Amino acid sequence: MRAFLIAFLCCVLSPVMAAAQDLQTVLQRYAEEVESPGRQTVGVVIDDLLAAELPTAPAFLGYWQDRQIVRNQDDGLFYRAGEREGETLELIDLDSGEVAMAVPTASVTEVRPNGGVRRELGAALVRFQLADPDPAVRRSALASIARSPDPDQIAPLDASIADEPDAAIRDEKVRLRNILAARFGDTPEIRVEAIRNLGGSIAPISRAALAQILSTTEVVTQGDPDGNVARLLDVGRDLTRVEAYARLVDAGLVPPRVSDTDIRNALIANIAEGTVGGWAVTELDTVAARRAAYVALEAEGVVPPFITEEEIEAALSDHTIALVYNEDDPAITQAAEQTLAGIDRRVAASNGADLAIDAVSLASIYFLAAIGLAITFGVMGVINMAHGEFIMIGAYTGYVVQQYVPDYTLSLIIALPLAFVVAAAAGVALERLVIRHLYHRPLETLLATFGISIALQQLAKNIFGTQARPLTAPGWLDGQWVMNEIIGVSYIRVAIFVLALLFLGLLLFILNRTRLGLEVRAVTQNPGMAASMGIDPDKINMATFALGSGIAGIAGVAIGLYGQVTSEMGANYIVQSFMTVVVGGVGNVWGTLAGAGLIGMLQKGIESFNPSNTLAAQTFMILFIIIFIQFRPRGIVALKGRAAGD
Amino acid sequence: MRNDVFKPSTLLFLGALAVFAIVVTIMAGQGMVSTSFVKTLGKTLCLCLAAIAMDVIWGYTGILSLGHMAFFGLGGYMIGMWLMYARTETLVAPGLAAQPLPPTEGEVRDAIGSQIFGVVGSSDFPMIWMFADSLVLQLALVVLVPSLLALVFGWLAFRSRVTGVYLSILTQAMTLALALYLFQNDSGLRGNNGLSGLQNIPGFEDVPQSTLSLSFFWASAFALAAGYLLFAWVVSGRMGSVLRAIRDDEQRVRFLGYQVEHYKLFAFVLTAAVTGIAGALYYPQAGIINPAEIAPIASIYLAVWVAIGGRGRLYGAAIGAAVVSLLSSWFTGGAAPNIALGDYAIRWTDWWLVLLGVSFVCVTLFAPKGIGGLVDLLQRRLPVDRTGDFGPDKGSKRAEETAQ
Repeated sequence: MRAFLIAFLCCVLSPVMAAAQDLQTVLQRYAEEVESPGRQTVGVVIDDLLAAELPTAPAFLGYWQDRQIVRNQDDGLFYRAGEREGETLELIDLDSGEVAMAVPTASVTEVRPNGGVRRELGAALVRFQLADPDPAVRRSALASIARSPDPDQIAPLDASIADEPDAAIRDEKVRLRNILAARFGDTPEIRVEAIRNLGGSIAPISRAALAQILSTTEVVTQGDPDGNVARLLDVGRDLTRVEAYARLVDAGLVPPRVSDTDIRNALIANIAEGTVGGWAVTELDTVAARRAAYVALEAEGVVPPFITEEEIEAALSDHTIALVYNEDDPAITQAAEQTLAGIDRRVAASNGADLAIDAVSLASIYFLAAIGLAITFGVMGVINMAHGEFIMIGAYTGYVVQQYVPDYTLSLIIALPLAFVVAAAAGVALERLVIRHLYHRPLETLLATFGISIALQQLAKNIFGTQARPLTAPGWLDGQWVMNEIIGVSYIRVAIFVLALLFLGLLLFILNRTRLGLEVRAVTQNPGMAASMGIDPDKINMATFALGSGIAGIAGVAIGLYGQVTSEMGANYIVQSFMTVVVGGVGNVWGTLAGAGLIGMLQKGIESFNPSNTLAAQTFMILFIIIFIQFRPRGIVALKGRAAGD
Repeated sequence: MRNDVFKPSTLLFLGALAVFAIVVTIMAGQGMVSTSFVKTLGKTLCLCLAAIAMDVIWGYTGILSLGHMAFFGLGGYMIGMWLMYARTETLVAPGLAAQPLPPTEGEVRDAIGSQIFGVVGSSDFPMIWMFADSLVLQLALVVLVPSLLALVFGWLAFRSRVTGVYLSILTQAMTLALALYLFQNDSGLRGNNGLSGLQNIPGFEDVPQSTLSLSFFWASAFALAAGYLLFAWVVSGRMGSVLRAIRDDEQRVRFLGYQVEHYKLFAFVLTAAVTGIAGALYYPQAGIINPAEIAPIASIYLAVWVAIGGRGRLYGAAIGAAVVSLLSSWFTGGAAPNIALGDYAIRWTDWWLVLLGVSFVCVTLFAPKGIGGLVDLLQRRLPVDRTGDFGPDKGSKRAEETAQ
């Protein structure tokens, strides 16, 4: 009775209170429809809710959809269900959002919209969300439209585009509107135009929409196929003969082929007293004999006829296998094809750019890892197999610093110079204790430093354990620098690239502009002559070794940030470092840069042919390098003069 | 006299080898050494054979090959293919015979193929298994495949005068490339899984493993003896002189009119073939081969053995390989007693590699002639050596090694 009274009052007063009406008022107007909504009737309620432009309406639609709305039978009003305590239920006022009362659960009716209604509610909600002030809500609304596209959403989407303040979201809305129009537009002209408009972006979602329009069905016919034919399948290129014949069989146009397995099973089924088809079972150990026996059975009429190769050939030439578009209008498929081709070209270009960025990033890692090796090799003519372990020492230094300095930015600032110092000290120790005594025996240096390398690796294992240790990058290095949907590069890689550039500059400065550099270059070119000119080769060797090892330590921190710190991490990079040095040419910064660039490019380039098989990529890269060495045995940038030893 | 094939050291080595083989056989007969230890000794003899081949190419010819274990592994793979094929054939035969129809050749091959390659998700035989059903052809491949690889690689490398450390790195790249290739599942050699069950010799299913292991031990001993004689012959006489001359001064040998590349190629291919044979004897005793065996580290260990044993003398290489590999299995097997240092106990399974690395550095620094140098110390009292030894000396100076 009271409910009726309120409803009556509302009806009477509503024209007056139109500006100030609240949610409950609107709901009471359609109390029956709200309490037990049907798919058809709910539309009226939603339209009125939208027209009233209430701030609480979207939230209400959400609660309604989530089955949180109850109707209190005492006052007939709608509430949101709150905390349930035993037999009592808190009721929350829909307009104020505050707890209004607590009533026994028996006195409320739960509003339970069915699946169809909830979908309608969801669609209506999306309309609210598209205009929501929070960008995140608008984005999630777009995502939900993209997940389940529906022609009804074209209109609200269109309406919300003009008022969209955020340019990125507006682009997304326009794109989504075009996708919907391309698929569900009323006239072919609208659809074609929408398809053409999709050409501007390389978003996967537009490509998926176009691919959906261009989806095909395989059709087998005698003579020319009907419908909007995409293309004819060529037996031999698109399909093997067996596959093609199987398609004809599936279409019910020809009898099934009898395979060797079928022959075998048929023969086994018809064995009688040790013979089958006039052949002794023991004779049937060749394919030819089995076929002959089968043909004999066929003559008896107990097995289906054997299809000869000629018959298969004839059947295949009689029939056409075609891909037919599910979309009947050729104008639309043609437009979609053209647009997709345009998008594919742009995607290919973006992929190429992404690949180039990957290659540069890899090259900068190789450069950092190899440049120290190149300097020591160039100056002293010795190969330091323990170079990889200096990389490892640098990485573990970074790890240990992070154990004591919890702030990642600060610890990185401390770790970089410290890694340089620690690795350089290790390098000087190695030079003084071992390499100094072996200057005239480079092959033995190689092996002795290898001994150091296995000892250091095992030591690291004993100290830090075998499991990988994390070297965490500071927060500002997290995430990616995204240029478009395809081109993206993580900030750590950018940082490594910058680091590599920095060291390239630093080394060029040291080598070309300082006294030390002059002496290093002199010793590289001719140690004997340099010594005669008063340069102490011993001192230079030590300084070079410290510099080379120190840079390896820095490289270790960089590689540790990018990957993980293990005792084998140096060993993983050592062979690539050697390749870089050998390909680039010894004792020259530019040579190492060229070598690192070539190897990085090669590795990424070969990988892109078959991304799942990085092993094959590495194999081919090494083979390429072996062949490359045939033509430039001294590397890309070969030293001239006596140092080259020619 | 020093360059004679049957110089005293050769006879001594062969004699010692014969005595060793006989003693091991008797002890095995008495049950004093286990079957697995006989296998370990047999494998060690194979490693010794690979080491003397390494000595010829490095100690005598001066080419530090860091890829010889690739040839070892290839030899193992070649024999492993037959072992696996033939054994799988005997395994699937009862199943096929139980079928109502006698199997066709194709069915037999399919059954074997799905048994062998099921683990890499395939059942087709790759091309390289074409001869796997023939023992004779696979035995020929044991020699031919490593030789061919060595020939192609050596011809390319020596032709363009890649020498010294560059060549070492290049050989390392070769073995790395091969290992990476074999790691792929579609390489046709079961990828990462490798070939397994090689200790079961088809046709000898009824022979106990103890007898088989002794047979392989003897085969390895004979191979080592034959290899030793072959290399002793190669490094004696004029050929040996030219090889050593190339080691000491390649340029000068070239100017004297020798085809240096031919000599180097000959040594490279011959040692590769012998290493392949060593591998073919090793892996039936090891029972399994996988691409990790070809990883660059294995070849570096080979060089380490030769260096510790003493370069430039064949018995030195053999002793080095035997001592280090046996010590290594003793230490890593957990048999070596731990050393307690108060709070910390040195467990040799953890510290063996550190010990090996450091002692290797010490050998290089302080005893460049390796264990073989001990022999010189003993011989001091004997008549003065006027021809000089073949160990590393001024002949391996930097200038000579890098400047060609």
